[in-house]
Amino acid sequence: MTATKAVQAFVDTVDAAAASYIEACVHCGQCARACHFYETNDDPRLTPIYKLQPLVKAYKRHKAPFSGIKRALGLAPAEVTEDELNEWSELVYDTCNMCGRCTLVCPMGIDIAAMVRKVREGFVAAGIVPEGLTGAADRAINIGSPLGIKPETLRKIVNEQAQEVGIPVELDKEGADYLVILSAMEILNFYEVIGALARIFKQAGVSWTISTDAYEATNIGIQMGDKEIARTLVGRIVAAAEKLKVKYVISPECGHAYTALKWEGPNLVGRPYSFKVIHILELLDQLRREGKIRTSGMDKRRVTYHDPCQIVRRGGVVKQPRALLNAVSEGFVEMKNAGVANICCGGGGGVSSNPRAEDYRLRAFASKKKQIDDLKGIEALVTSCANCRNVIEEAIDAYGMELPVLGLTELLAEYLDEGGAGEPPKPAEA
Amino acid sequence: MILVEIIEGPLWYIAAAVFVLGALWRIIGILRLGRRTDLSVPRSAALPGALKALFRHMLPHYGFFNRTKLHVFAGYLFHLGLFAVLFFAAPHITFLEKRVLGFGWEAMPRWAFIVAAQAAFAGLILLWFRRIADPTMRQISDADDHIGSWLTFIAMLTGCLALQESNVSLRALHMLAVEVWLIYFPFSRLMHAFTFVLSRGYTGIVYGRRGITP
Repeated sequence: MTATKAVQAFVDTVDAAAASYIEACVHCGQCARACHFYETNDDPRLTPIYKLQPLVKAYKRHKAPFSGIKRALGLAPAEVTEDELNEWSELVYDTCNMCGRCTLVCPMGIDIAAMVRKVREGFVAAGIVPEGLTGAADRAINIGSPLGIKPETLRKIVNEQAQEVGIPVELDKEGADYLVILSAMEILNFYEVIGALARIFKQAGVSWTISTDAYEATNIGIQMGDKEIARTLVGRIVAAAEKLKVKYVISPECGHAYTALKWEGPNLVGRPYSFKVIHILELLDQLRREGKIRTSGMDKRRVTYHDPCQIVRRGGVVKQPRALLNAVSEGFVEMKNAGVANICCGGGGGVSSNPRAEDYRLRAFASKKKQIDDLKGIEALVTSCANCRNVIEEAIDAYGMELPVLGLTELLAEYLDEGGAGEPPKPAEA
Repeated sequence: MILVEIIEGPLWYIAAAVFVLGALWRIIGILRLGRRTDLSVPRSAALPGALKALFRHMLPHYGFFNRTKLHVFAGYLFHLGLFAVLFFAAPHITFLEKRVLGFGWEAMPRWAFIVAAQAAFAGLILLWFRRIADPTMRQISDADDHIGSWLTFIAMLTGCLALQESNVSLRALHMLAVEVWLIYFPFSRLMHAFTFVLSRGYTGIVYGRRGITP
């Protein structure tokens, strides 16, 4: 029965794009060459395309052209079994960040990450989802945040930050231009970003607010492959934005939150938004270009930038972080494969919420570590995703490294010229 | 001689019909599944993204060449060699002119045919050897991968045997191998010769809208 539900979900989720991916794959194995889990485990099972096997079998047996003839002749693949699903759970949830690097190397251009999402939808239908993710989903639905952050906790943290920077932050302000949403990790671990935003927005004259109805950007439904949960969580943000009549919702420094809200959200709720979605890096760079952000001084450290996959490779925000970094850093250097081909931190796609995957996640970080080590003498790592930041900080501890990990918004705020007539940042090379 | 007449007559028409109708059926079968309209606000246009993806994935990009050079080298050897032999070998042009299209074009010289055929053989053998020798390739390969490779190899080998066109039986043997290949084609992974346009195109559309071509 469990397997039947999964098979039905697999079959239902295959559209023309997914079918073309399955039909075009020539089993060339190139995707393995781009996968940090494959690279750090040397296990053929971790070849990205192999992770799709249950869905591919179900499609070929039940939906593909000629599947009826092949079934009648005994040439169709066997039915997917529950044992098979249990075996594949590790491949689908523990060893794939849905980072999409495999698509770059695929001669057929197959979006394997999107297909893994579809496989996960089958696993959700069958109820075979790691506990770490189902627990986070319960908290997100029932409390409002996967880390269990309640509105009163948010109020307290925002007030503390407002007091610290001496700038009032008005919650639930109707008619503000921008609605800021935050990732759970930012609210609990990297809350200085709230103060940083208050300072930057004050200087730039941006009218903004945070909603106590929908402050959480994280979307566990997108990560685990549960469309209903994803729809509910996006729906909360849409409702809050429309209630407050904001013009923009700012997607924060959180990778998959951007995918969830900007690219998948309208399709999940079934209509275009009445507001625009802008990524925080896009907005900051826009304000920088308009001369509304003034900075003074430059960071002297040798720093490099870790590209969050969902913001850069799968989100298209590539130049903005570089322009912002160049505005405040003298020692910014790019790592090998920087930008679209950068390597994932190892914790994306729900892997960091899945304690079962911890060993795989830490091993996968070896690929990132190599990128950093190859640059020699890096004194700080900058990124723009709170989940990447947390995952990298944990891995740095596990590897016995010493390397500060900085959020880009906070770094920019550190060099904000609040004295008055400072120089606008220099134009970016990017 | 009756067998030769069957191979060069009715069997050819049957194989050609299975190939054309089967391939069309499969492509239409994929397209008819459709896709929901994307309601997100695009950053860029979808069509240029699709075209970019279509050409970009012909070559290793984003610095992956060093990791994939054997596959790229063998893949290009095989596909370019096969394409040249298929469409520019004199007997093929004559056949296409008389039996299919009604017009012909300039054939490549014999030395070029030899080079192209050798490249195609070398590429195919390298690709297949990699498939059986590499544990990862063994893990992801199935019977279709091997059958497709071998049918292609046999079609190419019998083609070389028939090159002199001095022996009717050898020519018929090549034609039979090609007919088996054509009948197998629509039901197999050989269809990637057409479906690559769809897979690259769909990815290009999705990410072209996001302003990025992976």
